[in-house]
Amino acid sequence: MLNRAPLFLLYLNVLAVATCGLIYELIAGTLASYLLGDSVTQFSLVIGVYLSALGVGAWFSQYLHQGLARTFIEVELALALVGGLSAPLLFVSFAFVQWFQLVLFGTVFVIGTLVGLELPLLMRILKEHLDFSDLVSRVLTFDYIGALLASLLFPVLLVPYLGLMRTSLVFGVLNALVGLWGTYLLRPLLTKRGLAGLRGRAFLVVGLLVVGIIKADTLTTWTEEIILGKAVVHAKQTRFQRIVVTNNRQGFQLYLNGHLQFNSVDEYRYHEALVHPAMMAAGTPKRVLVLGGGDGLAVREILKHDGVESVTLVDIDPGMTEIATQLPLVRDLNEDSLMDEKVTVINTDAFVWVGQEHEPFDAVVIDFPDPGSYSVGKLYTTFFYRRLRQIITADAVVSIQCTSPLVAGQSYWCILRTMEEAGFNVRPYCTAVPTFGVWGFALASPQGDLVVPMQLGKLEQELSFLNDSMLANLFELPRDIQPIETEINQLNNQVLVRYYDEEWRGRE
Amino acid sequence: MAESEKLNRRQLLTVLLGSQFAHSVGCDMSKLPPVGELEHTSFDIGHLLRDGVKKAIRPDVHEDVGVTIVGGGIAGLAAAWRFKRAGFNDFVLAELERQPGGTARSGSRDGFKFPWGAHYIPVPMAENHALIELLSEMQVIQALTKGGQPQVSEEFLCREPEERVFSEGRWYEGLYPGHGASQEDLRQLAAFREEIDRWAEMRDASGRRMFAIPMATGSNDESVRKLDKLSMEQWLDERGWDSPRLRWLVDYSCRDDYGLSPDRVSAWAGVFYFAARIAGMGNESQEVITWPEGNGRVVDYLRGVGDDKIRTGLAVFRVKAGTNTESSQVAAFDTNTMKPIGFRSQQVVFAAPQMMAKYVIDGFSASGRDSTAFRYGSWLVANVHIKDRPEDSGFPMAWDNVIRESRSLGYVTATHQTGVDYGPTVLTWYYPFADVDAAITRKQMMNLKWADWADVVLSDLRRAHPDIDTLVTRVDVMCWGHAMIQPLPGFVWSPEREQASKPLGPIHFAGTDLSGVALLEEAFFHGVRAAEEILAVRGILDQPLVEIRND
Ligand SMILES: Cc1cc2nc3c(=O)[nH]c(=O)nc-3n(C[C@H](O)[C@H](O)[C@H](O)COP(=O)(O)OP(=O)(O)OC[C@H]3O[C@@H](n4cnc5c(N)ncnc54)[C@H](O)[C@@H]3O)c2cc1C
Repeated sequence: MLNRAPLFLLYLNVLAVATCGLIYELIAGTLASYLLGDSVTQFSLVIGVYLSALGVGAWFSQYLHQGLARTFIEVELALALVGGLSAPLLFVSFAFVQWFQLVLFGTVFVIGTLVGLELPLLMRILKEHLDFSDLVSRVLTFDYIGALLASLLFPVLLVPYLGLMRTSLVFGVLNALVGLWGTYLLRPLLTKRGLAGLRGRAFLVVGLLVVGIIKADTLTTWTEEIILGKAVVHAKQTRFQRIVVTNNRQGFQLYLNGHLQFNSVDEYRYHEALVHPAMMAAGTPKRVLVLGGGDGLAVREILKHDGVESVTLVDIDPGMTEIATQLPLVRDLNEDSLMDEKVTVINTDAFVWVGQEHEPFDAVVIDFPDPGSYSVGKLYTTFFYRRLRQIITADAVVSIQCTSPLVAGQSYWCILRTMEEAGFNVRPYCTAVPTFGVWGFALASPQGDLVVPMQLGKLEQELSFLNDSMLANLFELPRDIQPIETEINQLNNQVLVRYYDEEWRGRE
Repeated sequence: MAESEKLNRRQLLTVLLGSQFAHSVGCDMSKLPPVGELEHTSFDIGHLLRDGVKKAIRPDVHEDVGVTIVGGGIAGLAAAWRFKRAGFNDFVLAELERQPGGTARSGSRDGFKFPWGAHYIPVPMAENHALIELLSEMQVIQALTKGGQPQVSEEFLCREPEERVFSEGRWYEGLYPGHGASQEDLRQLAAFREEIDRWAEMRDASGRRMFAIPMATGSNDESVRKLDKLSMEQWLDERGWDSPRLRWLVDYSCRDDYGLSPDRVSAWAGVFYFAARIAGMGNESQEVITWPEGNGRVVDYLRGVGDDKIRTGLAVFRVKAGTNTESSQVAAFDTNTMKPIGFRSQQVVFAAPQMMAKYVIDGFSASGRDSTAFRYGSWLVANVHIKDRPEDSGFPMAWDNVIRESRSLGYVTATHQTGVDYGPTVLTWYYPFADVDAAITRKQMMNLKWADWADVVLSDLRRAHPDIDTLVTRVDVMCWGHAMIQPLPGFVWSPEREQASKPLGPIHFAGTDLSGVALLEEAFFHGVRAAEEILAVRGILDQPLVEIRND
């Protein structure tokens, strides 16, 4: 009866099955090298595990005697599920599971075993209906053609256009369709009992994977992953920016519109340098203002100062402060600083907010993104700093991050000169943050004699980077970081955005 | 097409926006915003005034007041400001509309302020004493440099990014469409700039700038008057400047400032637009001062000053000059009470458009004056409320956003100057009826409804913002009939215009149209000048703010 089915359909089946198998293997290999680095090792290991699993599957097939057709379909569906979901699964587990390699090789092993079962089963199903030598040669031919197809499609079309996540899901669907189709093609070999259930399951798997394809907004995430070369743990497009949190062996990273904001590995250097000089110079500040800094890391440092009575954080993006208060990774890092009862979070444009009336602040920490666009550049203008002066005490101290003085000297000194123009007394300082390079800050105050702090006192025990000698050292400028003449950044010229664009273009 | 016939959608879009719309679906209005209103300037009352009927209405109530100001645009308000400044309070200002401000007025809704007409002023040069006084009083100018150049507070100077232009599917920085410009394009642009710089640098025999603002402080030398005989297009032709990009820049500028295309703009006005804003060789164009509500800010300030003297809803229909023994009479129709009212005064400031003078002022034509040379263009302005910013490709949203392929002038973003870069805002969209006078009659225009105009506005915006329909919450449209004086070739230096500023007995004239170009500075200058003339007659002029040229 089976003879009635056109033969090429069966071979097509083999082709599809073979292609899917190899694609899963390639996905696992590529993923492992993206996530863990060292592609030679990762690929060798994945191929090794995969091939041995193929053997295990083939060997295992001999113990199957009854209901071959049914088993074949079950295997297809299982493969569709495991293979199709392999990329999403591996991604998620990389972000959340300690023993990622176990999951990785486990998945590869399961896939290999199932693929290993496939061909022997199929051949045994067909052997009763076809001439054996013919069968072996044809099946193997199509198997190898499938492998060739997969290895060509994968780098040329699939990864660039679909990305790993979609590729995996799409081939899962293909695999499940083979299973579903099998329920019709092999109908004469299937018992009536449970047939409906089998078909139902096949439809379910197809449906599940299709939903996966539609739902997973993987394409953008994928581009980022490829660009960042790290696993994306969390990605969200807010009205203001795209926030992406990635993870690799060393730690995790937060990007805003593709620009690294911090790396958990060395952010403490940045934040200690940003916060403590201003806090020490301000004496015992009670009311502290943070502009930007929605990640809560600057606030974590501020809360180490006993005298602080209130911290007001103004960040435009509720999406950012939500991450800081909800994503466990970030919460661990900022020590739940934004949930502290002293802290008030305000989500609004700081440009507008500083123009309103507020009880004066004793210390201010400005942690805006770099001035890479006009809408951020306005936060670095004389106009902005003049407004800021209206809402701080006469002897308040302000600290500000101002990009890298080494890469972007004009930008750096332009920020300082602009603050001076707005009536601040300004002191430059910098430090090394390995993932950023040499980073620039400034201390500013409306008071005439701004004394650079020299002692951390008992705070020192709570810090990971600064000590007294390091603190003084921050303010010693090396020979390659010396003041240069620049224009002043105003709303109506926004020279800073131009400087920044020229200096950073092509450097990140 | 019969004159009164209503244009169908395709005709309307094609006439106003261009041939790309020739294939628009006849009646696809499904994408209209939920709400909006259409407003016309009070043309019906205007028409009433022109009718002979008015002569029959005689007010039986008269008020005696030293001076009556007719018209509360910038010019009339400036006269009031000048009177108050001199401590002279015996005057009244009669304005036709419910709101003073004329073509500089603004609106507000849902916490947004936006212009309905004029929206910026270039930073005045040291010579423009009167305007510097006003802007200093408003604390817009903080100080003067030693050379007398005003220093404007940062928040009032147009914030960067100032302009962008949409061309071939993308936004570019600036106004000149530099993307893809050829060597020849750039050469011509440089040559053009050099020529403008030359005019900006040059001085006449009396040491005056060739082009200055107000124009009365510039030269009236034959070399500049000569330019008025040509159109701007002819002037470009004479120099062999045919670069499409340069032509576009000039075309845009003419439509932007005068509501006319270059073939209908006097070359004097065309060069004036560029040269009067440049202090001299090598200088950039003066920066511009702007507010979310545009020049409505100036209106509101002046209104605050003149407050108790301003009477709105008064349609002045007759002005009769007095004699030595008899007072002048001003008769108005009070649209609040629907009754006529009269004023008897020693002097009158006529600060309504010149085109009204012959209908309103007794014996105007008999005195040998002719206001038919004063021609005015119409404008369409829409305030488009959006709930979020459109998605953009290329340069980000700026203050002035111009669509190169369009006959509209694009839009100004109302929240730009407030520094708010996200979320809801209002886009003020401008369309001058620059070259469509022949294709669309006034009557046809008047027949169009809000839905027709809203459709025009959105069809235009859709070219640059395909997602605009999902963002629009409201479109309000203002039809400005005969709102802007047209500097057609030959008009600016015509005897008719030069004579029009001179008083007619006790009637003194003000208004930007007296300069032949529509600018706040000109309107303000004439208002102050007219007030000072009267103060001088009354013997109470202290320190004049403007010089009156006697040549
Ligand atoms: C759409 C548009 C955009 C513009 N943009 C700019 C710009 O950006 N910058 C700039 O400098 N200029 C701009 N202008 C030019 C602007 O018109 C002038 O700057 C200036 O505001 C003109 O003032 P005015 O007082 O001379 O005349 P108008 O503004 O015309 O004022 C005349 C007043 O007289 C009143 N009136 C008329 N008849 C009577 C009557 N019979 N009785 C009583 N009152 C009467 C009118 O209601 C009106 O209020 C623009 C004009 C338009 C139309």
